[in-house]
Amino acid sequence: MEIASNLHFQGSYSEDNEVQVVAFSLGQEEYAVDIMYVLEINRLLNITRVPRAEKHIEGVVNLRGNIIPIINLYTRFNINASENEEDKRIIVFQLDDMRVGIIVDQVSEVLRLSKNDIEETDKVYSAQNVDHIKGIAKVNNRLLLLLDLFKIMQ
Amino acid sequence: MKMDMSQYLDVFLEESKEHLGSLNHKLLDLEKNTDDISALNEIFRAAHTLKGMSSTMGFEDLADLTHHMENVLTDLKEGMLAVDSSVVDILFQCFDRMQLLIDQIESTNSGKMDNSDLVAVLENINTGKSEAASISDNASKEAEENSSSAGVNFVDDNSFDFNQYDITVLKEAISRGFRIYYIIIEVDKGCLMKAVRAFMVFRALEEDSEIIKAVPPAQEIEDGAFEGEFELFITSQVNLPDIENRLSNISEVRVKEIREIDLSSITARKVSIAASTKAAGINNKLEQLQPKKTQKSKQTVRVDIDRLDNLMNLVGELVMHKGRLEQIGANNKIGELNETIEQIDRISTDLQAVVMKVRMVPIEQVFNRFPRMVRDLAKDLKKDVEFLIEGKETELDRTVIDEIGDPLVHLLRNAIDHGLESPQIREQNGKPQQGTLILRARHEGNNVYIEVEDDGAGINTARVLEKAVEKGIIDSREAEQMSQEEAIELLFSSGFSTAQSISDLSGRGVGLDVVKSKIESLSGEIFVDSTLGKGTKFRIKLPLTLAIIQALMIAVRDEIYAVPLSSVDETTLINKNDIKMVQNQEVIMLRGTVLPLFRLKSLLSIPGNDSEEQEMYVVVVRKAEKQIGLVVDTLIGQQEIVIKSLGKILSGIPGLAGAIVAGDGNVRLILDIVTLF
Repeated sequence: MEIASNLHFQGSYSEDNEVQVVAFSLGQEEYAVDIMYVLEINRLLNITRVPRAEKHIEGVVNLRGNIIPIINLYTRFNINASENEEDKRIIVFQLDDMRVGIIVDQVSEVLRLSKNDIEETDKVYSAQNVDHIKGIAKVNNRLLLLLDLFKIMQ
Repeated sequence: MKMDMSQYLDVFLEESKEHLGSLNHKLLDLEKNTDDISALNEIFRAAHTLKGMSSTMGFEDLADLTHHMENVLTDLKEGMLAVDSSVVDILFQCFDRMQLLIDQIESTNSGKMDNSDLVAVLENINTGKSEAASISDNASKEAEENSSSAGVNFVDDNSFDFNQYDITVLKEAISRGFRIYYIIIEVDKGCLMKAVRAFMVFRALEEDSEIIKAVPPAQEIEDGAFEGEFELFITSQVNLPDIENRLSNISEVRVKEIREIDLSSITARKVSIAASTKAAGINNKLEQLQPKKTQKSKQTVRVDIDRLDNLMNLVGELVMHKGRLEQIGANNKIGELNETIEQIDRISTDLQAVVMKVRMVPIEQVFNRFPRMVRDLAKDLKKDVEFLIEGKETELDRTVIDEIGDPLVHLLRNAIDHGLESPQIREQNGKPQQGTLILRARHEGNNVYIEVEDDGAGINTARVLEKAVEKGIIDSREAEQMSQEEAIELLFSSGFSTAQSISDLSGRGVGLDVVKSKIESLSGEIFVDSTLGKGTKFRIKLPLTLAIIQALMIAVRDEIYAVPLSSVDETTLINKNDIKMVQNQEVIMLRGTVLPLFRLKSLLSIPGNDSEEQEMYVVVVRKAEKQIGLVVDTLIGQQEIVIKSLGKILSGIPGLAGAIVAGDGNVRLILDIVTLF
């Protein structure tokens, strides 16, 4: 398991200084995560509420017999979710030996970003959720916030 | 070695641990019965395999240590060295070091450790210089007399050690008319190719003679690893001058000494060696050299537990989808489909049973490390303990096996430390000096019982009460009214012990509250039977498996939960009007006892609205010794469920024990009654 995740890490920052990301939207904002951590993207499954859990835990789902916790970034980032339930997806990540999903409004595409286009956040961004953002990428006229998944897990 | 061995590391570690386990086990056997040749053989095999594996993996320090161990073990096996407590102690030390090395390899991937201390000791034993080898003065004197009475002027060098096999060969050679020669060959100091000269000597002799023994060993001589001269024992039909002649024809080589010797001098020497290694019964033992029974190895496959979990998941999925098929068959009234589904049903039930069975592991795995621990502990505490293990083949689910070790360590420790008295006191009390400690495992229905029983002093309840009052757990009035059982129960209350946690083994405190909570977390129970002066028995009752349990499914508003049946006493229907308020707490009288009521919807803040019904369902659950009523909307029914973990992120939420995947594919949560309130 460990070896595999190391490989992922190397693979995601390939020698040509590029990183592949999955871009998605939360409310009006566009986010992206390193594709090597993405296990799969699903339609909204039946989410079971977990009482007494922290409020950003939306609940748990059954993914082929595995129980996967689902994190709600809307409450975490204070974003209003889109009304369109049809486009909503669950992105399931594999981080080390942990699996976790997040709910997003829409998954737009898979992008290749040059590392030169990524700016570190402390220079440009100072919102409350700056902790969860690894950087900001400029793609044409769009701004993509790169999520730091490990921070989100904490 | 250029090959990347890292991929084999897991296998290496796994197997090493297994070999260490058997090593430990057999060392204890050997200590108990020093004549146990089969144990010795097992130890040798384990050490040998470890040596091979570690040198392949490039862990040279481990390989070196095992190599030296192997040398000593060879001597022991061949009877050239007697098995006694000092040797066993040294082997135990080696074992500890090996364990340390393996642990280090596991955590840091490197097996560097300085073992020169142990290696030196081992080498000493091997060359016969150890204490063990020089113990019995009388015996060796006797042996000297023996050898001198044989009338042969020989014996003063120490370098030849004949084992039984050599002697047999020699005897046979003599009976066939061979003679035995002792030769010292000297090679010129300036000789550049000692190995070649030695080889030529061997060649010259091997034509018609046999080299029985060489010092240094023949292999080393052929490699040129000797200083100036080497010694040989050969059997030959040729005359002495012939041999001498033949050897002196080889250049750069000189025959320093050559003489014929007779067998009696060698057998006498044999006695001397035997005596000097204090092995009175050594010849005896040599006759029993045939191992009693070589263990037949079972064919097994090593499987990662994760894969089994995975398999379990898949089987669960299969069962779930089978349920859906049944639904479709019923809805559409397809008879043919139903027949097939019945078949699938049978197969999947069997499959589930098989997978469960695969996860079962004999408790031996846990028990095996205890004899050593008990031995060390008894030595430390100067107690004389006979440790018996019964039912180690009893099988338990892997998850339980992994967790049960610590509590058992605790109980065993307690038994030796607090339970069993010192030999003197035992004798005063008319008991045998040696105390008995029994660790027993057995199946009973759907449970496994593990018992730790000692014939020690028993629990002094008066003392327990005294201490409990002292610690402020109860007051003296309560203490007076307490029954024997209640007093013993106090041992499990938190605050009674002085140890902080279960890992705090060095503390001499009891720490039984930690043991109890651990066992309860495994859905088990612990009981104590104790008679003052006679002994104490701790009984642990555990479910066969933690993976599948019986549960009561209940619904509140739109949510469905599972309550483990083990904590449910009964279910009942109550009338709203019967509820009374006592100190702001809803209660109801249930057959004369007051039952506090809790509403699950408020405990778990379950969203939604509903009108209060006149009658409501109550699940009576047991938390510790108290009964509590849980008010729910609907009782769905009893069901066998496969427990799944909620994972790292959601672990430790009070009231939740895990999750299940229900027949409809949804996740349902399992309530943990102990932490719910």
